[in-house]
Amino acid sequence: MSYMNRRDFLKSSSALLAASTLPLSLIEIAYADTSQNFTFAYISDAHIQHIKGKEFVRNWDRGLIRAVAETNLMDPKPDFVMFGGDMGQLGKREEINHGLELLAPLTYQKHFVIGEHDYYLDLGEYWQKIIGPLHYSFDHKGVHFVVLNSILTYDDWTYNRWPSAEERMLQMADLDNPNGSPFMVGEKQRAWLKQDLAKINHATPLVVFSHSPLQKIYRGWNFWTEDAEQVQALLAPFKKVTVLYGHVHQIQYNQIGTISFHSAMATAWPWPYPATYAQAQSFLPKLTVEMNRADPFFERDATGWQYIDVYSGHVREHYQLAENTRRTVAFNPKTGQPEDTRYQAPDRRLLSQNHY
Amino acid sequence: MQRRLKSSAIICVGSLLVLAWRPTFADEFTPADIKLWQDEYLVVVKQGRELFTSDKLGTNGVACVQCHPNAANTHPETYPKFQKQLGHVAPLWEMINWCIRNPLEGKDLAADDPRMIALQAYITYERRGVKLEPGKH
Repeated sequence: MSYMNRRDFLKSSSALLAASTLPLSLIEIAYADTSQNFTFAYISDAHIQHIKGKEFVRNWDRGLIRAVAETNLMDPKPDFVMFGGDMGQLGKREEINHGLELLAPLTYQKHFVIGEHDYYLDLGEYWQKIIGPLHYSFDHKGVHFVVLNSILTYDDWTYNRWPSAEERMLQMADLDNPNGSPFMVGEKQRAWLKQDLAKINHATPLVVFSHSPLQKIYRGWNFWTEDAEQVQALLAPFKKVTVLYGHVHQIQYNQIGTISFHSAMATAWPWPYPATYAQAQSFLPKLTVEMNRADPFFERDATGWQYIDVYSGHVREHYQLAENTRRTVAFNPKTGQPEDTRYQAPDRRLLSQNHY
Repeated sequence: MQRRLKSSAIICVGSLLVLAWRPTFADEFTPADIKLWQDEYLVVVKQGRELFTSDKLGTNGVACVQCHPNAANTHPETYPKFQKQLGHVAPLWEMINWCIRNPLEGKDLAADDPRMIALQAYITYERRGVKLEPGKH
């Protein structure tokens, strides 16, 4: 309220009213020069899983179908859609093809991030053939966007450890597998990133997409990128940086220096917060107000997708949750960090946000 | 005839026992016994982990571990508890069967099926050290 004038408040209240009847409306509150604002949608972690022939796991299909349908109904329209990785479960061509088929009805331009479930069968060969490069950058309305392939790992694990590509994929697919290996961006790609950013003015807002978090949360489940600090160091000179990542199937957000971090929900299934594993220590950012504990009886509960307002170079992330109250995490210029617009204060949190 | 044979066999065994008699108590177990019993338990835990990560419990290739890494968010320490959607106080195995039927699209296991026991052994093992809170939500 404090940063809205009365007219803006009335405008947003009527939008909120519309939102309750038309849940897909975009609520846009202008904080600065409204002509600079734009939105994009972010769909991640579909985990399309092939059974046999033309059969796929129904539950995961439904999550992606729902996200696509809702994104298409958005008004105003997002400028583009980012898919955040893990299109398939075991990197099979059938899974990538079926995922693309389910994404095809999207009426917007699409960009893609690769996830480990898409990569470790053929090391991204089919992905590059049918979708595009694994790391790249583009500019949109004054914002520089970078897409990284953050799910690489040590060469020895990738090339020498496993008897077959299928076995390698299976080993990386299990989140809690002690035979897995930590994710990394790697030296070669960091050199590319350094070169890519060299030509960008430090005042230009920067949005970086990765599949794994470019911060260290819990190594045991690969909520982790081994060279996160080196990547953060390359982003640090920029005044407004946002890192958006998938992989974790839950709401997380954080602020490190000038870098804001936000995660994406999965369309397939939610994951527990690492702190719920009683045998290990994890480091979820204190800032994060956790998503609701999922109710297993509603198969879409704690799954969803998000649309993102980019205003004045910072992002407001709107979580579109299938069976929960929608949430917004936005950069608070007063505190200099992303905060939940409803639940941030400890006394405003819900019973269901208590994980144990 | 058969009965007479059996009773003479019992007498025979009885006299052997008298000869070998020494006091034995239930609290006489050794570190070797404890290791044996713990190892037996861990064998079943391991079988449970294998089932938990396999595609064999259901029909669609989905494994328990996909949603529950390290069996997290299964909360065995809170069972039995009232499940609103079932309408009664349910034991853990009933919820395991719910997961087998729904996300895994499989068939229920009997409560005393060795596979169900193994699943519970594994789930509980991953939650060791957490205090019991039956009924908690």
